[in-house]
Amino acid sequence: MILELRGVHRTHGTGETAVHALRGVDLGVVAGELVAVMGPSGSGKSTLLNLAGGLDSPSKGEVAVEGEVLGRLNRRQLARLRRRHVGYVFQDLNLLASLTAVENVALPLELDGLAVRKARKLAAAALDEVALGDLGPRFPDEMSGGQQQRVAIARALVGDRRLVLADEPTGALDSQTGEAVLRLLRARVDAGAAGVLVTHEARHAAWADRVVFLRDGVVVDTSGPLTEPEHLLGAPA
Amino acid sequence: MSIRHGLLALLERGPMYGYQLRSAFEDSTGATWPLNIGQVYTTLSRLERDGLVRPLPENDGGQRPYELTDLGRAEIAVWFATPISRTDRPRDELAIKLALALTTPGVDVRAVVQTQRTATMRTLQELTRLKTRSDKPSDLSWRLILDAMVFQAEAEVRWLDHCEASLVRYQPPASTEPAGEKQPADEQAEAHR
Repeated sequence: MILELRGVHRTHGTGETAVHALRGVDLGVVAGELVAVMGPSGSGKSTLLNLAGGLDSPSKGEVAVEGEVLGRLNRRQLARLRRRHVGYVFQDLNLLASLTAVENVALPLELDGLAVRKARKLAAAALDEVALGDLGPRFPDEMSGGQQQRVAIARALVGDRRLVLADEPTGALDSQTGEAVLRLLRARVDAGAAGVLVTHEARHAAWADRVVFLRDGVVVDTSGPLTEPEHLLGAPA
Repeated sequence: MSIRHGLLALLERGPMYGYQLRSAFEDSTGATWPLNIGQVYTTLSRLERDGLVRPLPENDGGQRPYELTDLGRAEIAVWFATPISRTDRPRDELAIKLALALTTPGVDVRAVVQTQRTATMRTLQELTRLKTRSDKPSDLSWRLILDAMVFQAEAEVRWLDHCEASLVRYQPPASTEPAGEKQPADEQAEAHR
C-alpha cells in the first residue's frame, strides 16, 4: 500500500462555525493504481489531496505514505518524504518564470541535496518522458500552455516518486492536450507509481482504475472497472 | 442508427456487393454495430424498390454489386446535411425512471441515482480503456465513435450529479404544510411536482 487514509477527519474551525471538510474517510491506493476523486465544490476533494501529500494534517485518523504515518514524522522528516516520494501536479502550474524547463524540473532534486549535474540529468530524462526532451533550455513564457503543463508533470514525476497527486491537472487545457496529460499520468502509474487524481470531470476520472465520489466529506460511492470492456460493443443496431 | 443511410453512404465510394458492404460498414463503425448479412440484403432490396440503388450484372464469383442512382446520391447528400433530431431518438428511460422514483412511495431515489452513476462511471472507464488501446492514426473513425459514447456517458454522470445535489435540497411536499412557507431551494423540486 503506497497511500493509506484511515478514518480521516478534517475539521476547520471550532464550535458552531466548524466546517467538517472530511468526516471519516478510508482510502488505500496500491502501486500501479490510479484513483480518481470526484465530487462537487466543497465536498472535500482538495482537502483529501492535501492530507495525502502531507500539506495538511488530519483532525482525527491517520495518513500513511509508504507505510510511514505522516503524523509521527517531525517537520524535517516530513519535508524529506514529500520531496523524495510525492509528486504534485496542480491546476496552477507553479513553474518559476526565471528558471528554464530543465531547471524547474531539477529544482526539487537539487533542494534535496542531489548534485546539480545528476539532478539535471534526471530532469532531462523526465522531460523526455513527457516528450519535451528538446525544450529543456526554454523558459516557461517561451512555451505553450500545454507544454508548461507537461513541464509541471515532469517535475512531479522526476526521480523515483512513488506517489503522484494531481489536482485538476487538465485545468485550462483543451480536450486533446488534457487527454495527453492524463495519458502521461496513466503511463507513470502503469509503470508502478500510485496516483490520486482530483477532478470534477467524469471524462477525466474515467482514466482511473477506481473512482471515489465524495459528498460533504463522506465517500458516497465507488466505481471500479470490469476486467474486459468489450461487452460494451456488439449490441446490434 | 439507419442502416439504410449507412449503406447508401458506403455506395458513394463505388459499387459493392452485400458482403463487401457488411464488412465496410463494420470497418467504419469499429464493429460497434454488427450487421447480419440478411439485414444488408433486405435493406438493399428496399433501396432498389425505392429507386435509390440499382443492381449491376453479377461478377465471376456470382456476386451482384449495387451502385447508387442519382436519387440515392441526392438522398445521402440530404442525410449528411440534416441534423439528427433529439425527438427521433428513443425516450430516455433513465429520466423517466428517476421521475417515477421520486413519486413512488418507499423508493430511495438517492440510491437509484448512485447505483446508476456507479454503473455509468464504470462504462466511462471501460470506454476510456478501449480508447487507450487504439492509438493508430487509421483508428480515427473508431476513436470518434468511442468519443461520442464517452461524451454521452459523461453528460449522464453530470446530470446524475445534478440530480443528487437537487435531492439533497429537496423537501417532499407535506400535505399538512401551509402554502407560502416554501423555501427557495424548493424551486428545483418544483418541476417534479
